[in-house]
Amino acid sequence: MKLLEYEAKEYFRKYGIPTPRGRVITAPQGAHEYAAELGVPVVIKAQLPVGGRGKAGGIKFAETPGEAAAAAEALLRMRIKGFTVEKLYVEEKLSIVNEIYLGVTVDRRNKSYVVLASSEGGMDIEEVAARTPDRIVRHIVDPVHGLRSYHANLVAKRLGYGGWKMLQFASFVESLYELALEMDAELTEINPLAEVEDGFTAADARLNVDDNALFRHRELEERLLESYQGELTEKEMEARSKGLTYVELDGDIGIIGNGAGLTMATLDTVMLHGGRAANFLDLGGGATPKRIREAAEFVLRDERIKALLVNVLGGITRCDYIAEGVVAARREAAVEKPVVVRMMGTNEEEGRRILKEAGIDSLSSMEEAAELAVKLAEAS
Amino acid sequence: MTRFIDKDTRVLVQGMTGSQGAFHTHLMREYGTKVVAGTVPGRGGQTIEGLSVYDTVVEAKENHGVDASIIFVPAPQALDAALESVEAGLDPVVVITEGMPVRDSIELMAMARLSGTTIVGPNTPGLIKAGESKMGIMPAQVFRKGEVGIISRSGTLFYEVAVHITRAGLGQSTCVGLGGDPVVGLDYVDVLRWFEEDPETRAVALIGEIGGDAEERAAAFIGDGGFTKPVAAYIAGRAALPGKRMGHAGAIIQGSSGTAESKMNALRDAGVTVGELPSQVAEALKRLL
Repeated sequence: MKLLEYEAKEYFRKYGIPTPRGRVITAPQGAHEYAAELGVPVVIKAQLPVGGRGKAGGIKFAETPGEAAAAAEALLRMRIKGFTVEKLYVEEKLSIVNEIYLGVTVDRRNKSYVVLASSEGGMDIEEVAARTPDRIVRHIVDPVHGLRSYHANLVAKRLGYGGWKMLQFASFVESLYELALEMDAELTEINPLAEVEDGFTAADARLNVDDNALFRHRELEERLLESYQGELTEKEMEARSKGLTYVELDGDIGIIGNGAGLTMATLDTVMLHGGRAANFLDLGGGATPKRIREAAEFVLRDERIKALLVNVLGGITRCDYIAEGVVAARREAAVEKPVVVRMMGTNEEEGRRILKEAGIDSLSSMEEAAELAVKLAEAS
Repeated sequence: MTRFIDKDTRVLVQGMTGSQGAFHTHLMREYGTKVVAGTVPGRGGQTIEGLSVYDTVVEAKENHGVDASIIFVPAPQALDAALESVEAGLDPVVVITEGMPVRDSIELMAMARLSGTTIVGPNTPGLIKAGESKMGIMPAQVFRKGEVGIISRSGTLFYEVAVHITRAGLGQSTCVGLGGDPVVGLDYVDVLRWFEEDPETRAVALIGEIGGDAEERAAAFIGDGGFTKPVAAYIAGRAALPGKRMGHAGAIIQGSSGTAESKMNALRDAGVTVGELPSQVAEALKRLL
């Protein structure tokens, strides 16, 4: 779950990380009022769950309340990277000496968290990492010992800080790590972390929380679906609200499988036979007839689809359930699109009988089923 | 050293009274697995399939001489359950549970590293020694005793390849589902090292998918001569769109490494036969053996 900048900053402040004075607004009037209240130049930033908004024109500066209102007017409803800007964050403008990058994320390979820092923040950090990897300071946290103060001091040292600046930067590192751990962050980063005259402040904030850990963060859990707004297509949002694992693609063959790996392999096999998948839908394990019906109906109702391929393999998922679900879905969706089912597992014979009665092809080989689905899609 | 199972491994089922736990206890025993007891905190004294259920792992171990554990408890309790088995000295510990927070996985792997315990998973179908024992949820009917070891990050795709290997008349030795999460106990290299020493494994099927760099690292290990038996591979996700999540948290394309093409090329460069279809993995293995 990706929090917006202003939401992330609320957590930052809770963990003692300094942030500039700011307020979230949804109308130009709000920008005017807040800029007047602050009485200093401000920056107005589009609140989006993706990076790179600066380059896309999502950040504007204003010297006066009038300019702030005009900037807000221009930014609201703007389309950036597929998102519509609905909220803005108005913040006091900083006199930045240097832009730093600081992040904490999961290091899969070392099975730990890693602290990343660079004195070349403010631009695409991945670009810096790719071009000049030596400019990135990495500290892999030993999960048993955790991040100690001397580790944080070392990170600050390696960025070139000494004295009080080292201590202040180190406390930033410690606080961000503590926040990452306690908030179950997949990623939390500050880019730029602004070095100003008298210290440091978080000019931006990102906090992506592990969806699997939301049971520990109930206050976020209820907003999970909402947080995907804009990031997912309309169809994907609808699928998510039905509890389906669905990704929209641009082809014309509907795909339903069980397990992410097998479903991906189904997509690949269809592609290899010259077809193109319209979606990825993973049923997961042990699907009930109701769930299978909902999934198949959802895909069949997609007007782009010329054929549906269902690929289920497993001892846990029952083939008679698959058959019942698919037959019911075709009846409910009331469409005459060709359906091909590949299944193997428990009650296979019964499943085949049900499908045959309904005039639906069933096969035991994924590769043959994919070939047939491509052929049927071409013919229809 | 990585530790797997055979027909004599005495298995504990954590979360035995739940629907998944009870169902798979039955199927594992049917396959021949020596399931000897179960645990569920608060359910001590009950029985499932005639097996005693205990409140704690230590009690089960004292009464039954348990070697290894398989975990079916819900995600919020999975870390506690796994640590309990690690501390009790059980090895391997197989975590079937889906949806475990990454922070919990990191803590588990760190503690397991200290004690040298093998963790399989989380979010894994488990492991099986064909014809002897399974600690997992894989359908038994697709496996037959043979000489091909399988390593896979995915569950059902692993069964798909096993089907073809069995149909080709080859069969399997030990098969390991690594698990689909970003942080898991084993990677390909750990299992390849074990297969290199395993006299019952003569060739390996390596099944991968987009995301991360575990397959690339396996390729480097093979290319450097770390694994000397024949390998055939299949990588899923060629038709995936960059940046789109395909269900697994691990299956996100990051940069150029992690794409299906990069993995396939790395493996080919290391001398691995890479199939475009799952059936081609079995065909290649048949030629190689």
